[in-house]
Amino acid sequence: MAEEREVNSASFYQFLTEKKLMASRCKKCQALYLPPHPICTKCHGSDMEWVEMKGNGKLAAFTAIAVGTTCTIEEGHDRNNPYVAGIVELDEGPKISGRISGLDARKPETIKVGTPLTAEFPEQEEGKGCYVAFKAQ
Amino acid sequence: MSRRARKLGRGVALVGAGMSKFGAFPDKTSRDLFADAFTAMTRSVDKGMDTEDIEALYVGNFSSDLFEGQGHIAPIMADWVGLVPKPATRLEDACASGGVAIREGVIAIASGLYDVVLVGGTEKMTNLPTERVTDTLAAASDTVYEGACGFTFPGLYAAMATAYMARHGASVEHFMKVGIKNHNNGSLNPKAQFNKSIRDLMNSRIEKAKQKGEPVPEWSDELDFLKDPKANPVVAWPMRLFDCSPITDGAACVLLVAEDIAKNFSNDPLYIVGTGQGSDHALHERDDLTSIAAARIAAQQAYEMAGVQPEDIQIAEVHDCFTIAELVAIEDLGFFKHGEGYKATEQGLTARDGSKPINTSGGLKSKGHPVGASGVGQAVEIWHQMRGEAGPRQVPGKDIRLALTHNVGATGGTCVVHIYQRR
Repeated sequence: MAEEREVNSASFYQFLTEKKLMASRCKKCQALYLPPHPICTKCHGSDMEWVEMKGNGKLAAFTAIAVGTTCTIEEGHDRNNPYVAGIVELDEGPKISGRISGLDARKPETIKVGTPLTAEFPEQEEGKGCYVAFKAQ
Repeated sequence: MSRRARKLGRGVALVGAGMSKFGAFPDKTSRDLFADAFTAMTRSVDKGMDTEDIEALYVGNFSSDLFEGQGHIAPIMADWVGLVPKPATRLEDACASGGVAIREGVIAIASGLYDVVLVGGTEKMTNLPTERVTDTLAAASDTVYEGACGFTFPGLYAAMATAYMARHGASVEHFMKVGIKNHNNGSLNPKAQFNKSIRDLMNSRIEKAKQKGEPVPEWSDELDFLKDPKANPVVAWPMRLFDCSPITDGAACVLLVAEDIAKNFSNDPLYIVGTGQGSDHALHERDDLTSIAAARIAAQQAYEMAGVQPEDIQIAEVHDCFTIAELVAIEDLGFFKHGEGYKATEQGLTARDGSKPINTSGGLKSKGHPVGASGVGQAVEIWHQMRGEAGPRQVPGKDIRLALTHNVGATGGTCVVHIYQRR
């Protein structure tokens, strides 16, 4: 069923709460956008549709963050409890930033670019925003 | 669609340049720093200048709003140096704000609207605790998609670093060598926030341990020191503390005039013969995570306008907000082939006595990175070096006729490049 939701970040994150990683696709030239763009940057068309990503990809770049933002500090992260963020290249082509689990943030030198990943949808506490996340297979 | 070659409507010259000291100054606001930079600039104008001659102000500033709780700073800066009621405009393109302010000043003069323009940059960052500085800098990334999943600003450059390592075979030691080189330069810059070499810093730690009767660390050299997680903790792996530019208060100013009146101000003006600017997607949407397209585009525009090639540039100040950023910069600018910047750095080619001296000021790493001021600070260093006035850090044995500045906003969403000529 074609999704009729507006192509914007609110819809994207709403889909994420429904455990769907959604990209936008230009109906004219088929270019795929993640994050979803409302206007095609290739052909400049604005007739877009939602497409669900399978959620499989590989790690294109990463970091283990020891000095986090206020939000990640509130989650309990610090120098002794770093977390991994990365850029994931999906099988469908687009790349997206995400939080990565299943890798040892305390031993970042062991983490390899190219590691296969799958999208995950961690439950968020009431009132907290959700975010794109992947786990190592 | 073809486009005509871009050129300036008329020539623009740099006739004065100065900066405040960069560092942490609890008693100074951005306006105080700006006044310091302005005063230093006025003293650099060979034949003197009259503030009344200045027709407009362009000031680069990233986020006085969040750092100081002060928005709308352009008229305040204008007021503090005596320019009211002249037009005053703030430019914000994250860490490229200063470079973009210079470009807008150049365009304003080239258009014929003004003959004399003051360009400045100012940033007061040390009021906030580190985590809130981290939040504020993260606001320069894509907060909706990058910040939301926990990416910090150092984290994004760290991700570029892992992509660079995986693709080109560089190691963390190669990043460290950029920092060592830039601290060596900064140790000779009295205005630098950290005007100490890494070796000096290492030795002072050893001295301190001896004085306190604590166990004396056994570091064999700078690299050994930098690999010690106690001395050099990870911020966002593989970027450690000494891979990151510091949190800095500072300001810088330059005086731009129409080329035909440059000699009324200066015995030895510099001419801005190339300017270029580009934009790019958020990091995750780029085809290549080891290069910044905005920088390549900005450089190409500036080289074309100046009619020069990368090999003609004798020195450059590039945007080393993180050590990886300098390696990416010297490749994007065409100084070295893609993937070979780290080898060139290891061979000493980018050192002050190398074939292509990079960041003789100490760079953002050692001189400091008051984000909105940094792009203007780069021009101040070029001013000193090209006129042979850089003192102990003067590049040896070079008559510098062509120099370049490269100023990046965030992870490369913005890049602005300028080429300076001394005739």
